[in-house]
Amino acid sequence: MKVQILLFGQLTELIGETHLDLYDVADTDAVFSYLLAKYPSLKHADYQVAVDLEIIQGNTHLTTGMTVALMPPFSGG
Amino acid sequence: MDNIDTARYQRQILLKELGTGGQCKLSTAKVLVIGAGGLGCPILQYLAAAGIGTLGVVDHDVVELSNLHRQILYTMTDIGLPKAACAAARLQQFNPGITVIPYQLQLSNQNAVAIIGKFDIVIDGSDNFPTRYMINDACALLNKPLIYGALSVSEGQVSVFNVPDSTGAKVNYRDVFPTAPKPGEVLNCAEAGVLGVLPGIIGTMQAAEAIKLITGIGTPLINRLLIYNLYTHHTYQINLKADQTGSSLPADLPAFLSMDYNWFCGIKPADEGLKEISLTKFNTILGDERYTIIDVREYGELPEVTAFKHISIPLSELREEIPLIDSDQVVLFCQSGIRSVIAGELLLESYPDKRFYTLKGGIIQNNDSFIYINNP
Repeated sequence: MKVQILLFGQLTELIGETHLDLYDVADTDAVFSYLLAKYPSLKHADYQVAVDLEIIQGNTHLTTGMTVALMPPFSGG
Repeated sequence: MDNIDTARYQRQILLKELGTGGQCKLSTAKVLVIGAGGLGCPILQYLAAAGIGTLGVVDHDVVELSNLHRQILYTMTDIGLPKAACAAARLQQFNPGITVIPYQLQLSNQNAVAIIGKFDIVIDGSDNFPTRYMINDACALLNKPLIYGALSVSEGQVSVFNVPDSTGAKVNYRDVFPTAPKPGEVLNCAEAGVLGVLPGIIGTMQAAEAIKLITGIGTPLINRLLIYNLYTHHTYQINLKADQTGSSLPADLPAFLSMDYNWFCGIKPADEGLKEISLTKFNTILGDERYTIIDVREYGELPEVTAFKHISIPLSELREEIPLIDSDQVVLFCQSGIRSVIAGELLLESYPDKRFYTLKGGIIQNNDSFIYINNP
């Protein structure tokens, strides 16, 4: 079971990738516990989460092929 | 149609989706652009070119040399002059058939309501979170369409807020980002850098959304957030919906007027241990060995300061690691006096017993007036 994680803005620098493939993550909470363990500095980052192009507000069940996007706010103008 | 220069707009009137009817709508539209910087310049240029009848320009800042690589309305002779007035003059010269109103002021809750109320559409070209939340809240409460755009290094975000879709649903910035990041968490262009073409592209997209909303052409980014990556040309569109956990918007205009947006965005009022100082005070400190003077601008930022002894610790490095500081009194400076305050707050957390001072207005306002200290 594979899920793609898309990273935007400063998160790409923080994680060093624009996307990651994760395997056997049952829900978005599992995605975050994996990412926070591997990239502790993510704890200080602010971001909104979308699953398959829809903003989510709570833990969301994932199935194979789904895409989880982590989008930080931008301030530059 | 009598007062429209059809020859000038002939190429867009020719579009069957637009026609003379669309041009009429553009000529009677009133669009407010907040921020005449990297985003604001292309927004204003294209909207003036398209024949938007009334353009408002809000900006309190002055033109700096480091603006010119992306803020393409300005020239060398504008340096030091107010952006709102320079932009308005240039646009007016470019298209005398429209009205351009400069608002040379810092947006506040009070004047935001008064100014936004005079326009049909608002475009956010600001560069900081307190202003972005303030604009969003004012537009949501006044029911004004808001065209949002923002940048981060190689990426931009664009969306259209407060416009109902076919089902009547509408969203605002707080539905996407209900709470503001802490100061310094998200870098702006001055800290992280940006290629001048990125605000050119994102600002042009915002101008396009305004023209689409006014004329009814195409499908504006209503309830969608577009993320564009300049380096890869990847785009990503997220569907937005109202925050199910409840909106964090101020309940009404009186609640809005009493909001403190700096506080909301975590920007603290002046701390006991952190004090803004004037150039006069700064000059009396120069050469006093009890003080350490730190430039918190990123490496290579201009102007280079050679007039007095100091060390360089960019704000981005301070965020990663707090340095060892021996002196009990530290003076911080940056380009405009904003980042030095953030740096002071960061350092104060680690050194609560030291005294920190920041140069008000930064070196841009003061660079010609430093007392020259002969040092290695």
